[in-house]
Amino acid sequence: MFAYIVRRLFQAALVIIVVSIITFIISYVMPQWFGENLAATYAGKSQTPATIAAIGEKLGFNKPLVVQYWDYFSGIFAGRTFGNGSVALSCPAPCFGYSYITNQLVWPKLIADFPVTLSLAIGAAVLWLFFGVLGGVIAALNKGRLADRSIIVVALAGISMPVNFTALVVALLVQYQFHFINQIQYVPFTQDPWNWALNIFWPCAVLAFISAAAYTRITRSTMLDTLNEDYVRTARSKGLPERIVVGKHAMRAIYTPIITMFGLDFGYLLGGAVVTEEIFGFHGIGFDAVDAIGRQDIPVVMGVTLMASFFIVAANLIVDLLYGVLDPRVRLG
Amino acid sequence: MTTDQDFPISESTLEGPAAFLDVRDLRVHFQTDDGLVKSVDGINFKLERGQTLGIVGESGSGKSVTSLSLMGLHKRANKRGRGGAIMSGEIWLDGQELVHADQAELRELRGEKVAMVFQDPLSSLHPYYKVGDQIAEAYRVHHKVSKAQARKRAIEMLDRVGIPQPSSRVDDYPHQFSGGMRQRAMIAMALVCDPKLLIADEPTTALDVTVQAQILDLMRDLQQEFNSALIIITHDLGVVAELADDIMVMYAGKAVEYGSAKTVFTEPEHPYTWGLLGSMPRLDRPVLERLLPIPGTPPSLINVPSGCPFHPRCAFAARNHGRSESEVPQLRPVDSRHLVACHMPSADRKQIFNEEIRPHL
Repeated sequence: MFAYIVRRLFQAALVIIVVSIITFIISYVMPQWFGENLAATYAGKSQTPATIAAIGEKLGFNKPLVVQYWDYFSGIFAGRTFGNGSVALSCPAPCFGYSYITNQLVWPKLIADFPVTLSLAIGAAVLWLFFGVLGGVIAALNKGRLADRSIIVVALAGISMPVNFTALVVALLVQYQFHFINQIQYVPFTQDPWNWALNIFWPCAVLAFISAAAYTRITRSTMLDTLNEDYVRTARSKGLPERIVVGKHAMRAIYTPIITMFGLDFGYLLGGAVVTEEIFGFHGIGFDAVDAIGRQDIPVVMGVTLMASFFIVAANLIVDLLYGVLDPRVRLG
Repeated sequence: MTTDQDFPISESTLEGPAAFLDVRDLRVHFQTDDGLVKSVDGINFKLERGQTLGIVGESGSGKSVTSLSLMGLHKRANKRGRGGAIMSGEIWLDGQELVHADQAELRELRGEKVAMVFQDPLSSLHPYYKVGDQIAEAYRVHHKVSKAQARKRAIEMLDRVGIPQPSSRVDDYPHQFSGGMRQRAMIAMALVCDPKLLIADEPTTALDVTVQAQILDLMRDLQQEFNSALIIITHDLGVVAELADDIMVMYAGKAVEYGSAKTVFTEPEHPYTWGLLGSMPRLDRPVLERLLPIPGTPPSLINVPSGCPFHPRCAFAARNHGRSESEVPQLRPVDSRHLVACHMPSADRKQIFNEEIRPHL
């Protein structure tokens, strides 16, 4: 068990390193292959050869690529200093680089914006888990009847409608049609929990609507399979009330596929809900990424990418470890 | 013509029960898209406590549907006759009628008065719960006891069914048990509330041959100890030969022969029973002849053959001058304890069995 965890952690670290190399190549190396002078790009329009040289010197673009990567990678763990002398800029660990365009370090910005993304992810996850699983169970227990068919239609609608459509419709209705809230915006939880919940609810509902559909479908189909299992019949033959037969014996068997899916979806969402954040004007890390791409602010894009890949790898690892806890037949190792 | 059978119940139907378990004209039909499936079509039997009835037949003869009816485990059809079983007839268990009982009454009964051992113990035990917890749960449904008391009871039962080191095995999961131990655990779970009727649906089919005999011995011992009525459902005549007092042979949802185990084995009169006996390998005889399989396959329960449902597969149907094809044979007494549903006269059947069948068995 312990050896297994160590091995999996090692593998996870390897995946993240590979992701960092690939993003580094795409962000820093490929432009240089195509003859772009990154320092000149960073310097903007009012550039002089002296400024370009200074920027290149400060950000290390004049060094060999391998050294550039190593500086970047080691900076994540050890921190680094950009430039030297009076213009030196210290970037403490974890250093994900320095955005020359906004004159900001990447990490403090990501950390400052992460609570927005986290709030969205948690809120959406709670909604989609609750309604998705509940809908699936109700549909399975009423197979073929009106309740089942209505739930399938709603789920199908959820899967079919793209988030950019539902998000815009919700934003429109809530703000301009019914005036529930005049301007949906992120309110920090620590500042005003009530308004945090009130504002966060709408984008969360949009995100949840899309995911809940998938959960409803998987819950419904697994539940239908499980209800035909011999051990459910055994539970009934003991004289257990139907509430316990379904709520305990049958439910226990459908956790595994739901948790598998949930881990991956949640990890994915922690990397930023790009469209939703953009439409509702929530400055989470998905918003930052889009913003940075528009400004060719490469260090920020890389930071978000690495963060997102970290969450997905971590979610995978946690799900795999949970298998061992959930299913007594699974031996980790 | 309807298929009312006149034995083993007396003419006085709709009176109270005449035995501990008294099943009268039980019919279980299912409405499907392809038509009405008559899984059980008018069967009667009686059983006292301490007695064992063996129900024998091929797959699809209605054995398991019968047993699930006794447990009240059929999902009932709605008013339009869809989505479940359409049941009629009477099942009297210890003075209580089950066919018309509501779900809450049946639930109270299950596990407490009637319990069941299923065919495949691996799939019948919940893979995610400990064996002991599953047994204790069965006990706590019907008894107001603490978890610790129920656990103690589970350990006792595991010990009683012959699980070694029950106090530690109680915390094992089903996959940590061997096949035979799992079936022992299933039996422990079935008996934990001292049921008065135990139904075993092919209890040894999924088990190793060496383990089968142990499980059968265990069931016989426990039946005597608890003085319960036992119904063994099987396609294996060897199993009922060892355990049953009475045997009911089922074909296409109907009983075709009913009698004491000894009679059915030594003086069977229905051609289908002959076929079952002929398909049984015998190790105590030299291997000179091939087995005598029953030709054809069991009939569809939607389009049951006209007349005697066995006639398309019966070698003797031609002797009845068309009656087998047109008229449903009634289950009629040969003597007080032996009933057969066949158009041939009893004397002819005895002669055929003695002259043509017995020498080849």
